[in-house]
Amino acid sequence: MTPSNGIKKLSRYRRHRWAAPSLMVVALLSVGTTFSIASEATPDATSTTMNTSQSVQIAEGKQLFLKGCSSCHGLNAEGGSIAPSLIGVGAASVDFQVGTGRMPMADMSQQAMRKKPLYNEAQTAALAAYVASLAPGPAIVDEASLTWERDGSTSAGGTLFRNNCAMCHNFSGQGGALTQGKYAPTLMGVEAKYIYEAMITGPQSMPKFSDKTITPAEKLSIIKWVKAAQTEPNLGGASLGRVGPVTEGLLAWTFGLGILIGVAVWLASKAR
Amino acid sequence: MSKQEKVLGSVANYVDERTGAAKWMKKNLTKVFPDHWSFMLGEVALYSFVILLLTGTFLTFWFDPSQNEVVYNGSYEPLKDVEMTAAYASTLHISFDVRGGLLMRQIHHWSALIFMVAIVAHLLRVFFTGAFRKPREFNWLIGVGLLTLGIVEGFLGYSLPDDLLSGTGIRIAEAIIQAIPVVGSYLAFFAFGGAFPGHVFISRIYTVHVLLLPGIFLALITIHLMLVWYQKHTQYPGPGRTEKNVVGYPLMPVYMAKAGGFFFIVFGVCAFLGAVASINPIWLYGPYTPGQISAGSQPDWYMGWLDGLVRAAPPIETHAFGHTISWNILIPGLIIPGILFTGMALYPFIESWMTGDKREHHLLERPRNNPNRTAIGAMSLAFMLVCLVNGGNDIIATQFNLTINGIMWFTRIGLFVIPPIVFVITKRLCLSLQRADRDLVLHGRETGRLVMTAEGEFVEVHEPLSAEKIYTLTQHEQNAPLALPDVDANGVRGVGGMKGKLRKRASIAAAEQVPSPTLTEAKEIEHH
Amino acid sequence: MTTDIQKFPDPGLPEHQHRKADHDPKAADAAEKKVAILFLISALGAVLLIYSYIFVREDVWFFIPVMGDTNAKQFGIGMGMAISLFFIGMGAIQWARTLMPDNEVVAQRHEFRSEDADREDFVATVKERAGVAGLGRRPFIKRSLGLALGLAGLSPLVLLRDLGPLPKNELSKTSWKAGTRLVTDPGDRPIRPSDLEVGSVAQILPELAPGQKRTLEDIGKDAVLLIRVRPAEFNLDAERLSWTHEGIIAFSKICSHMGCAVALYEQQTKHLLCPCHQSTFDVTRAAKVIFGPAARPLPQLAITVDSEGYLVAQQGFTEPVGPSFWERSS
Repeated sequence: MTPSNGIKKLSRYRRHRWAAPSLMVVALLSVGTTFSIASEATPDATSTTMNTSQSVQIAEGKQLFLKGCSSCHGLNAEGGSIAPSLIGVGAASVDFQVGTGRMPMADMSQQAMRKKPLYNEAQTAALAAYVASLAPGPAIVDEASLTWERDGSTSAGGTLFRNNCAMCHNFSGQGGALTQGKYAPTLMGVEAKYIYEAMITGPQSMPKFSDKTITPAEKLSIIKWVKAAQTEPNLGGASLGRVGPVTEGLLAWTFGLGILIGVAVWLASKAR
Repeated sequence: MSKQEKVLGSVANYVDERTGAAKWMKKNLTKVFPDHWSFMLGEVALYSFVILLLTGTFLTFWFDPSQNEVVYNGSYEPLKDVEMTAAYASTLHISFDVRGGLLMRQIHHWSALIFMVAIVAHLLRVFFTGAFRKPREFNWLIGVGLLTLGIVEGFLGYSLPDDLLSGTGIRIAEAIIQAIPVVGSYLAFFAFGGAFPGHVFISRIYTVHVLLLPGIFLALITIHLMLVWYQKHTQYPGPGRTEKNVVGYPLMPVYMAKAGGFFFIVFGVCAFLGAVASINPIWLYGPYTPGQISAGSQPDWYMGWLDGLVRAAPPIETHAFGHTISWNILIPGLIIPGILFTGMALYPFIESWMTGDKREHHLLERPRNNPNRTAIGAMSLAFMLVCLVNGGNDIIATQFNLTINGIMWFTRIGLFVIPPIVFVITKRLCLSLQRADRDLVLHGRETGRLVMTAEGEFVEVHEPLSAEKIYTLTQHEQNAPLALPDVDANGVRGVGGMKGKLRKRASIAAAEQVPSPTLTEAKEIEHH
Repeated sequence: MTTDIQKFPDPGLPEHQHRKADHDPKAADAAEKKVAILFLISALGAVLLIYSYIFVREDVWFFIPVMGDTNAKQFGIGMGMAISLFFIGMGAIQWARTLMPDNEVVAQRHEFRSEDADREDFVATVKERAGVAGLGRRPFIKRSLGLALGLAGLSPLVLLRDLGPLPKNELSKTSWKAGTRLVTDPGDRPIRPSDLEVGSVAQILPELAPGQKRTLEDIGKDAVLLIRVRPAEFNLDAERLSWTHEGIIAFSKICSHMGCAVALYEQQTKHLLCPCHQSTFDVTRAAKVIFGPAARPLPQLAITVDSEGYLVAQQGFTEPVGPSFWERSS
């Protein structure tokens, strides 16, 4: 699959029920997600394609934003001392953060955890539309366009994963430690859409993976590999968490030595 | 005479007429072995070694120790068409295309872990009970050698499949070799046949792993066992057990059945682990390339302490006169392990120097009755455990919501602070346990039963201990510090200089103990 | 307290306790049965092993709590083996415990030290024999023999010389040269600055000349991590700043500590973490070490764009990449 194929697929977002509100951002995405920052964008372009239902949604999103997000991210999403600016992060970023329940953050811990989302789908979409209206950024990824099952290659995805993802998320996507208590979360059970959005938006500690360095097709392969790792039964027995030799050593010391000592005690005891 | 007895008799005859073994066999078939669960730990190590030989041989039938590039075409879909080395491909082949191959790989790896676990547990038993004392110092040295070789052998085995994890391990080993001053880069280039990773390393360590080291193991284990046989096993103190005898069961049939049966138990447990618990799922790691890495890349547990030590090392390098010395690698990777293992090997001699004890010992000591040794052991163990924890700090951090930086600082400080604290606490604990023993002997066991005295007072009934129990609790020797003079014949202070002073202090520390109660004391208490 | 302190006496071996099976034939029969049952369980295990090996198909899976989906063949062979072995052991031990004689036997030890007379004889013999050989009296023989033995022992080491080539300056060389294009790993696609957003990373290798094949040794030295930040976030001296391009900065991915791939980039803190030993590098300060055992920053690769707008190296690495070695000068 070539990069242009991937973009073709992304253009099929239009058929989605959230198609109207995100039409504009999809268009921008097809131009390329290389527009990195608000300053590079032309705000006028957004207003011309906007229709009424969109502006209603944006207004709704703004209300939600003012109530739930502005205390940290600022009244105009310009960011503050404890939260980053949201100008230019794009709808995909909002969809990822709010859709996975990471935002709003319940407490000021090291990093936002995945939890039950606070906003429903429509509210999330409204928030996304509002943030997207501030400046262009990556659009929400349409699940139907993520044809990883058909177009991905597990083995190519595995190589890409080990090159780009395994250093943080561990060799089998179980997650791993970062500095100062931050961590890369597990990828097991994460929806394809959110994996894709994370790759293009770089949530929190995670860097972005541009479509030119990892093409959309390659991203689908990565998803396919992650899904394969998730569904792959444990060929050798209990997985022990798939975190490497630490748990293996622990089991050898506890169960292995424990049962052998148990038998040895029995062996050396006197029968009655 | 039954038919079976007749057959056995003629077999024995046949053997003796050709070897003259009758006398030796007669003596040794009835050789006495004391029975205690802790004496089985060494046997676990021995048996897992046999299991390693058996399963390892199975694996060699398919393993291809070559770093030639191949394209995978086996039955594990997620790696199809991926370029890899023949070593990795053949390990995948064993895992997925040989029936029972994955099981054998897992049994091999599990028994390797159990092998090292058993060696360490056995070492701790020998240390804490003082079994290493004269005349068994040779066996202690051989044991330390086996432990060291076991770590190397295990690491080589971990490195053979050439998956991403093992390649990372080799990468680090290469960096340690490369860091050796003056000759490091030469040694690294010789070992790897050029730049890392090269094309020869796996085939070279394969020979070492399957031939050279197992051969040395066999030789050392044989000497180890022959010495145990010849010197007769130590025994725990107790009624009827003295320095001059050994109480237990004869080799034939009881000990043979028990020890032989235990081999099958160990094999069974390793097979069970291999059947139910995944170990080193190399297919998930993918083939090694130097540009890739997985979060939480750890060595197997017996190297974990070393990795933890390396992690905690200070970032120091010296650059001078156009040369570099990497203290951040040399100190944790070679110098500290060198000191630790040398100290461990020399411990029997150090202890005998401290206490001046040059006698033979065949009765074991209860750890509490030698507080100094027990505290030294606990201190060393604490050091190793802190290192080990740091070796898994990333996994611990994610599991328990801690930070790797926090655990690292805990380790850096803990390595200096925790062992001395453990030493002091352990020593105090041993002394209090001795005191408790003393009270138990002199005042009997608390029954929890209250009785009203004639004066209307409630008194708890103390039940006297059995003579056997009392003897077990009081038989140990009373230590005395070395009578080293403070001043020499000419009245000059400090005999033997620093060394003399150190020895004097060490001998006092080693002799510290609560006096064991005596019959005389017990009688006096009775009189009052 | 009297001077004559008496220790508690040794009551001697406790009296032998007979087991039920020792005097009760019924109990002995029951014990025998128990042992036989254990051996029979083992036999069943062996049957399970053979059955699973021959008859169970590879693609049969079933669910076991804790373990999850389990392969029936692997599990059957393994459990069969475990049962057959474990219960042989259990049977043998139970047999020894319940039916074999359990009288404790006392054997006497003898001191290893020989009789004084023998020791004296031994020492004298050694001295006398050594004297006959005249080793002590002929220092020239002694020394030349020592030399010969020492050299004979050392000389085989020479034979190991051909294990590998001399390092020469191999450790200091990489494939990067002025004008080498940066290409993605995997994919080998050249990169334009505009391909990278702020906050993004890319795994990079040098572009190959046509027909050239990349070896693992090359990757082990050439691997590079490309990171884009806002140019204002850099805290670099003028030279290092000139090695960056529009906020894009490139570092060797091979850790300066022990050579693992340092690629855990935290986009918010701009820190790079090595998963092996947790050295942490600050990207904005030219990969200065801010935590962990690494003593040197990651070497920075000077980059710029070529006439076609693709990212290229301005020059090769100015210092050796990867872990330290003796010949390294800084």
